[in-house]
Amino acid sequence: MELFKSETNFDFMAWRKPSLVISAILCLLSLAIIFGRGLDYSMDFEGGVMIEVKYEKSAEIADIRNALEAGGLKSAVVQSLGTATEYSIRIKPEDAHVGAAAAEAPKPEADKAAPAEAAKPESAGKTETDKIAAEVLKALKVSRADASIKRSDFVGSSVGEELREQGLVAVLFVILGIMVYLWMRFEWRFAVAAVASEIHDTLITVGIFALTAREFDLPALAAVLSVVGYSINDKVVVFDRVREIFRSSRKGEPYEILNRSINSTMSRTIMTGLTTSLAVGTLYFVGGPALENFGLIMLIGIAVGTLSSIFFANPILLWLGVSKQDLMPRSKEDPELARRP
Amino acid sequence: MNEFPRWKYALVVLALVFGFLYALPNLFPKEPSVQISANRGFTIDTALKEKAQGMLETDKVPFKSIDIDGDRLVIRLANTDVQTKASDVLRVGLGSNYVVALNLASTVPHWLAAIRANSMPLGLDLQGGVHFLMEVDQKSVLEKQEQHYASEIVSLAKDKKIPRVTANRGTQGIIATARSAADRDRLASEIGVSMPELRVSNGNTSDDAYTLMVRVSDEKVRELATNTIKQNLGTLRNRVNELGVAEPIIAQQGDSRIVLELPGLQDPAQAKKIIGATATLEYRAVDESSNALDALNGGAVPPDSKLYTRRGDGSPVLLKKKLIVSGADLVSAAALPDPQSGTPAVSIKLSAKGGQKMLDFTMQNVGKPMGVVYTETIPEVKIVDGKEVRTKRVKEEVINVATIQGVFGPQFQTTGLDSMKEANELALLLNAGSLAAPVDIVEERVIGPSLGQDNIKKGMHAVLIAVFLVVLFVGIYYKLFGLIADVALVLNLILLVAILSVFQATLTLPGIAGIVLTLGMAIDANVLICERIREELRNGSTPMAAISRGYDKAWATILDANVTHLIAAIGLMAFGSGPIKGFAITLAIGIVTSMFTSVMVTHVLVGLIFGGRRLKTLSV
Repeated sequence: MELFKSETNFDFMAWRKPSLVISAILCLLSLAIIFGRGLDYSMDFEGGVMIEVKYEKSAEIADIRNALEAGGLKSAVVQSLGTATEYSIRIKPEDAHVGAAAAEAPKPEADKAAPAEAAKPESAGKTETDKIAAEVLKALKVSRADASIKRSDFVGSSVGEELREQGLVAVLFVILGIMVYLWMRFEWRFAVAAVASEIHDTLITVGIFALTAREFDLPALAAVLSVVGYSINDKVVVFDRVREIFRSSRKGEPYEILNRSINSTMSRTIMTGLTTSLAVGTLYFVGGPALENFGLIMLIGIAVGTLSSIFFANPILLWLGVSKQDLMPRSKEDPELARRP
Repeated sequence: MNEFPRWKYALVVLALVFGFLYALPNLFPKEPSVQISANRGFTIDTALKEKAQGMLETDKVPFKSIDIDGDRLVIRLANTDVQTKASDVLRVGLGSNYVVALNLASTVPHWLAAIRANSMPLGLDLQGGVHFLMEVDQKSVLEKQEQHYASEIVSLAKDKKIPRVTANRGTQGIIATARSAADRDRLASEIGVSMPELRVSNGNTSDDAYTLMVRVSDEKVRELATNTIKQNLGTLRNRVNELGVAEPIIAQQGDSRIVLELPGLQDPAQAKKIIGATATLEYRAVDESSNALDALNGGAVPPDSKLYTRRGDGSPVLLKKKLIVSGADLVSAAALPDPQSGTPAVSIKLSAKGGQKMLDFTMQNVGKPMGVVYTETIPEVKIVDGKEVRTKRVKEEVINVATIQGVFGPQFQTTGLDSMKEANELALLLNAGSLAAPVDIVEERVIGPSLGQDNIKKGMHAVLIAVFLVVLFVGIYYKLFGLIADVALVLNLILLVAILSVFQATLTLPGIAGIVLTLGMAIDANVLICERIREELRNGSTPMAAISRGYDKAWATILDANVTHLIAAIGLMAFGSGPIKGFAITLAIGIVTSMFTSVMVTHVLVGLIFGGRRLKTLSV
């Protein structure tokens, strides 16, 4: 069975100008979405209020979610505490405010109270928590009168700052490491093209994810970084072929060689994309709510990464002026390279 | 050309055996159990076993087995409901001399356990439990130190006869004020000599106030920070033991945070109480006028003394009620070998005020013993007549008794300790008693056991379905070579699980995601090989040559692709946070094992299947 005829020879490089322009536009759009609309960070990053509720008789988790949503408290995370009567609800303060505003007319006294609260941040946090807890209880009582609040606590956000810092360090480390490796094994143009594609893929993946209005949680962050890993894998396979064909061909016409490389690795690009999608797709569909985001981002990332291998990484390589001379094995300096095809 | 030296076959077989053996324990589900361990001074023996068994039988709690396992008594039960019931019965029946904890007991057969093959421990998200993230208030530690130094500076000035010096904490450290420029300079140089950990600079000057700005050096602040974390970790460990949690995780995270994971626990309020306990410390003279043992056995206790017990052996000690020095006066305690004799010792530093009190006391009491009382106050909430009543439980112990060898003031040593371990423990308790660093809970999460079971079920389903889909797809697409790749893929899964089990890596939901992602991507190497073989065949190579060259050419690509992917996985590992780290470790190990299974194992299999035969066509 073959998905692709072996003699496919699409002239992908002819598309390089429009594809680079489209890529650039998509990157800018993604930036605009990420910074304009903003990612909906989960409580892993932002902190919020944790409320434990207790019912007299057993309650269904779906009913609690519906009750909260009906009360305007969206994106609250409801979890069972082990029994059918006790649940924990985690909610971000701003979501609760939006909910309050939607559920009833704005309260003028809330504005007056604000400066006094600002003067005493500690007590402000306390009243804030109580206010949100009251809102949650009100929403729950609409459908079930036997609901009561066991306790409510404010959970800080300082964890998130460190996470973001660490995330940035991790991304920089990955980019630098990959650049150095590709520079050594290939050439600087390949390193630059790969890193440019990584940034491109990450931006667009996160941008598309932001459009879904889902919460950006820890598994989502792990997925974004895994997309980087997947996509670099894809680029390296094509680059490897580029190097091989450059070395074995006599003419060394970059335009044509890049086209041939993309075409001859096309079958494997699609195949690996499909097998990996099958795996992470299962995570999305059967992995449960905790793994849904991970699966979704990986699915987006695989699509973006596959496309960018074809329409972004190689055009950049051509643009940077890759040539046969740069890739010939330097046998005196490195005998290991000389042995290679 | 597709045959290999013997060692390659041997290596593959070895990996196979290793993989199967060490992955096997994960197939044995853990069963709910109650684990009983003894507090100091009590033992786990057959008498206890019979007692516990009797209690369960009278309350009609069915159990599967009851065994002594080392220093613990393990009772296995059918399900979590019975588990809760059993632990309630035993907790009431056995009292506070034993710790009753909920746990999951392994059902791995003995022969597997004997070769140290154990199943992966389950993370909180799969098992249920309470997760806390605590932050140590470093600011208040610094504040207390600054206060201490301010009073030290004043007493230093008094010693060195620098008149009318005042020192107070300001917003930017300590402000010391002298009455003349000469006095100020002299004070600055004296501070430099006796307190080198302070940084001194000249401040504002007005009429007769010449100020010095004094700051605690950055190195000292860092040292203080690490010390407070260590000391908090230590005290937490002691306290968590009281909670009856079988396998708590207490770990430092970053500079000022502590992660506390309590599997099996469902009530965070109870945990919080224990964590929130406060400790104090008091130095008191030992009352030698009457015998402590007599007092313990109902004899008279002198009115100005009180009976305490020793930590460790529980022996009685009579201490005078009059306080010498309290924990508030203790600045620091550190375990180090005695510079003169080299024996384990704890070096203790008191504040200037505390030092003066100690000096007054020791001048009159050389050769007499002195004890240290460690008091822990644990807030408790009880329901009395349907109302919440807040009470406090006070636990008092004597942690050390030492003879005063000479007259000393703010700085002295406690020697005569049996080991460095004991010295470390004493230093830890002393520091805990002066505990100045409040711990705030910044994150709290409860995962119910049913949610954990649900997560595990869904995670396992995801792994199985993913494997099934990939295996099916690859088998159809690459036919025989696809089937060979499938065998390698399954072996990869087994190897990955085996390695994770050997390292006792905790299995979490993100870890499962890592396994699934690894499986999806591991097949990439086989895809590369198969595509190369197809290409070689199209170019007119003979089947055997096509296989050989296919593997050869694909190898360079596989190596480059995997190394870059590995770099990305290691980048992920740089995250301090638990869940992502677990994911990254799984991914990294998976990349390495997949290179072995996808390339070497499949090549050996291909060699075994096609070796020696003359082939006209290849099923690829």
